[in-house]
Amino acid sequence: MPDQLPEHPDWLWRTPDPKPSYDVVVVGAGGHGLATAYYLARNHGISNVAVLERGWLAGGNMARNTTIIRSNYLCEESAAIYEHALKLWEGLPQELEYDFLFSQRGVLNLAHTLQDVREGMRRVGANRLGGVDAEWLDPDEVRAFCPIVNTSPDVRYPVLGATLQPRAGIAKHDHVAWALARAADAHGVDLIQNCEVTGFVRDSDGAVVGVETTRGRIAAGRVALAAAGHTSTLTDLLGLRLPIQSHPLQALVSELLEPVHPTVVMSNHVHVYVSQAHKGELVMGAGIDSYNGYGQRGSFHQIEHQMAAALELFPIFARAHVLRTWGGIVDVTPDASPIIGPTPVENLYVNCGWGTGGFKATPASGWVYADTIAHGRPHPLAAPFALERFTTGALIDEHGAAAVAH
Amino acid sequence: MLLIACPWCGERDETEFHYGGQAHVAYPADPEALTDVEWGAYLFVRDNPKGDFAERWVHTAGCRRWFNVVRHTVTHDISAVYPAGQPRPSQESRPQNEVTA
Ligand SMILES: Cc1cc2nc3c(=O)[nH]c(=O)nc-3n(C[C@H](O)[C@H](O)[C@H](O)COP(=O)(O)OP(=O)(O)OC[C@H]3O[C@@H](n4cnc5c(N)ncnc54)[C@H](O)[C@@H]3O)c2cc1C
Ligand SMILES: [Zn+2]
Repeated sequence: MPDQLPEHPDWLWRTPDPKPSYDVVVVGAGGHGLATAYYLARNHGISNVAVLERGWLAGGNMARNTTIIRSNYLCEESAAIYEHALKLWEGLPQELEYDFLFSQRGVLNLAHTLQDVREGMRRVGANRLGGVDAEWLDPDEVRAFCPIVNTSPDVRYPVLGATLQPRAGIAKHDHVAWALARAADAHGVDLIQNCEVTGFVRDSDGAVVGVETTRGRIAAGRVALAAAGHTSTLTDLLGLRLPIQSHPLQALVSELLEPVHPTVVMSNHVHVYVSQAHKGELVMGAGIDSYNGYGQRGSFHQIEHQMAAALELFPIFARAHVLRTWGGIVDVTPDASPIIGPTPVENLYVNCGWGTGGFKATPASGWVYADTIAHGRPHPLAAPFALERFTTGALIDEHGAAAVAH
Repeated sequence: MLLIACPWCGERDETEFHYGGQAHVAYPADPEALTDVEWGAYLFVRDNPKGDFAERWVHTAGCRRWFNVVRHTVTHDISAVYPAGQPRPSQESRPQNEVTA
C-alpha cells in the first residue's frame, strides 16, 4: 500500500534551525504572531525575524476558534481596530494568494430582552456614525434573513430583533494561519516549531536581549510576545504582572450536514453562537468556564448549557449529533479588551488579552503590533489598548458594551 | 465537571458553586497611601499560575458559604479545601497526576 500513496505536497514554509540572533523574536505562532511577523517584513522591511512556537503552528486558539469575523463593537477604540481588521480581511485572500474561504455572509446578534433591544439599536447607531455597516432587523426580517431561527413568541426568550452586520462572516482559520505563514516565510522569516521559550536573557540594566528556549539561547533586539493564554507564564518570569486570567473556552461541531444555515447567529443572552462551515458541520461556541485553567478542556455542563440554547433557537438542530468538542485557553482582561504595546521591561512588547474574540482581529493585531515594535511606540490604533489604562482607569469596557462575545 | 468538597456539605457538583478568583487578596490597609499604580494593581491584577492556585468558591446552591480551595489549573486536582480567613495550608509533596474533572 505505501507505494500507492501520493507524493507529499510541497511544504508551504521552510523548517529552519534557529539562528543565534534575530532583530525581532516573536513568541507564539498563532494568528497574531504570524501576522506580526508578516507585517514586520512587508510593511517595515524587518525580515530578520523568528517566530518561536512551543507546539505546532496554529495549534493554540488559532485553529480552535469558531472563526467569527465582525467589527460591530460599541466602543470607538474597539470598532476602529476591528474595522481595520475587517478591511484587511477583505483584501487578504488576494494579497496572500490563498483562498481561505473568507465568507461575508453577515452576522446577526439577537436581542431577547428590552435591554438587548436598546443595546442593539444603540450599537447600530454608534456603528453607523463610525463608518461600520450595521442594520436593525425586526423579528420578521430576522426570519427572512435566517429562516431556521425560531422567532415564535412562545419560547422562554423570544427573539425581539437583531443587529445585522452584512460585511461580517467567517473564514477557515487553519488556512488563514498557513497563508500568513507561507507569506512570512517567503519574506525570510524563520518559523520555528517545537521551540518553547523558557526564560529571558537580560542585560545589566534589566533590558531583555534574548530568550532561553528548548532549542538553546537566541539573542533578540526585541522580543514580542504573542502567546495568548500562556502570556502570564512568560511575564511571570520577568516579575511583570499583567491583568490577565486564563480560562478554558470550548466549542463543538456536528457531523457534516446539508447547507441549512445561511449566516452567523450570535446570542449573548442565551449564550450561543452558530454558523455552518463550508464543509457542512455546524460550528458552535460555548461560554468560558468560570475558573482559571490551562488544561485546554472545560467542564461538560458548559456544553450542555450551550446545546440547550442552540436547540431553543434552532429546533431544526434537534437531530444533529455532536461530533467533536474541544477547548482552548483564552486570556481574559478585566475590560474584555486586549493589551497591546511596550512594557516597563525594555525591549519587551506584549500583545495579549484578546480573550474570546481575537481571531477576527488577526490582521489588524499583526499590523498595529508590527508597527509598534518597529517604531518602539504604540501605533495610533493600539495606543488606547496600552497597559497604562489599568492605572489611568481609561478602560475600554466591552464587557458593558455587549456584543462582546467572540 | 469538578467535584468540590464543601467544608460544610461535603462533595457536590461544580454547578452548585460559583467561582471567586484568587484567594488571600487583602484589601489595602491604607488605600489613601497607595499610588495609582499600586491601586490599579490591587483592583485589576491577580495571579494566573499554571499549577497550584489558591482560589475562592461559594456554595451558592447549598450552604451559601465562602471557602478556599487549592486547585491545580492544568489537572484540576484539588489538594486542599479550607475555610475562608485561614491561611493557605503548606503542602510539600503531592501527586500531580490525579484528574477529578
Ligand atoms: C473555542 C474558541 C472559540 C473562539 N471563537 C472566536 C471567534 O468566533 N471569533 C474570534 O474573533 N475569536 C474567537 N476566539 C478567540 C481567538 O481564537 C483568540 O483570541 C486568538 O486566536 C488569539 O490569538 P492567536 O491566534 O495568536 O493565539 P494562539 O493560536 O493561541 O497562539 C499563541 C501561541 O503561543 C504559543 N506559546 C505559548 N507559550 C509559548 C512559549 N513559552 N514559547 C513558545 N510558544 C508559546 C502557543 O503554543 C500558541 O500556539 C475563540 C477562541 C476559542 C478557544
Ligand atoms: Zn456547602
